[in-house]
Order: sequence, then structure tokens, then C-alpha cells
Amino acid sequence: MNPRPLSPHLGVYKFMYTMALSILHRITGVAASVGFLAFAWWLMALASGPESYASAMRCLSSPLAKLLLVGFTFSFVFHFCNGIRHLVWDTGRGLERAQARRSGAVVVVAALGITVLVIWLGCAALARGAP
Amino acid sequence: MSLRTPLGKVLGRGSAGEGVGHWWVQRVTAVALVPLTLWFAVSLLGLPLQSHAAVSQWLGRPWVAVFTILLAVTLSWHSWLGVQVVVEDYVHGKGAKTTLLLLSTFLHFAAAVAAVFAILLLALSPA
Repeated sequence: MNPRPLSPHLGVYKFMYTMALSILHRITGVAASVGFLAFAWWLMALASGPESYASAMRCLSSPLAKLLLVGFTFSFVFHFCNGIRHLVWDTGRGLERAQARRSGAVVVVAALGITVLVIWLGCAALARGAP
Repeated sequence: MSLRTPLGKVLGRGSAGEGVGHWWVQRVTAVALVPLTLWFAVSLLGLPLQSHAAVSQWLGRPWVAVFTILLAVTLSWHSWLGVQVVVEDYVHGKGAKTTLLLLSTFLHFAAAVAAVFAILLLALSPA
């Protein structure tokens, strides 16, 4: 069988930042999926008792884990904000080019702001309750 | 002349053999996840996270357990559908595509069952 063109045709579009956001929605979605696996692992450690929870929390305090946590946080927050934008689009609103560009800018600013807030509150929460 | 069968038209089915079910469930789970994740994140950030006793006590409370189970199942479902779409769009080799879809399905089900089981353990164990 001949190789036939398959959607999406990534090469035929002029690059726009709304397009970058669309791609980022998928990338952050996949990253958040990996984060969900980590969440299940954390819940299992919690249910396994104080020792396994303590070692899981030690594991999360390594520099690499911290970097991943920051990445998961941004991925989740961006996907959350841009997901609401998508849900609004699903109602048929906000689809004009200027509107979509404006809502895209709002999502980027909101996602960065909320990410910083969550990391700040998260650092405080992680510092509390040490045995 | 349409090649679609009358039954196929009534069921809203296209060439993929399924209707808008996938698209629709992706939206329904997205809507549900907005309040669920907001509630969970805000609650979690208010807890002393290093304290096993405090976190497990909170998660074991009946309504907290119920809504965290709803969160885990909805999150896993939404994530499973999303990863499926990404794999189907960008991985074109038949073997690689099937392998990745199987792997994603297994991981999502395993993670969902693990999360639900962990929450049940916390909620049902005698404090």
C-alpha cells in the first residue's frame, strides 16, 4: 500500500504562537499523565505506612525529583488553564482569531502565575510536619 | 449515493466504527476534573505533607476518600483517552503504535487501581 498522507499535516502551517500553545497542550497533557503515575505511586507509599511514606518523601526531595515536580506542576497548571480555554471553544465561543490570540496570552500569564504560587505554597507544605 | 448503512447513520458512526463517544467522554471528564483537581490541590497544599499521620488521616476521611477516588478514576480515564489520541496521531508504525497503546492502557488501569486501593486502605483501616 502506498504511504498516504495522514492528519495532522504538521508541515503545512505557518508557525503561530497559538499553534505552539496547541502543541504545548498535548505535550503538557502527556507529562501530566506521567505525573498521574507518580501520584498513584505516592498514594501507595502513603497507604503502606510511615516508613515507606518517609522514604517516598526522601525520594521526592532529590534535586532531580524536585525538577520533575516543577515540570509536572507547570504541565498540570498549563493543561488545566488551556483546557478551560478548549471547553469554552467547545461551546462555540471565542473562536475568532483575535479572541483566540488574546485568550492564549491570558492562559500563558495565568499558568505561569499559578505555577509560581503552587510551587511557593508547595514548598511551605513540604516543609511542614517533619517527624 | 451514500455508502453508510441506515443503522450506522442512526448510531452516528463514522468510518472508525464508533461515534462521538471518545470526544464526548474526554469533555465530560475534563469538566469533572476542574472542581476535583482544584479542591484536591488546595487541600493538599494546606496539609503538613511530611507528616504521615496528618496526610493519611485526612485522606481516610469518608468524603475526602470518596472525592479522591473520583479524582483518581476521572484523571486516569481522561489521561488514557488523551494519550491514545496523541499516540494515534504521531506514531504511524503499526507495531510501535499497538505496543504504545497497550502499554498506556495497562499503566493507566494499574495506576487507577493502585490509587483507589490505596485510598480504600487508608479509609477502611482502623485508625
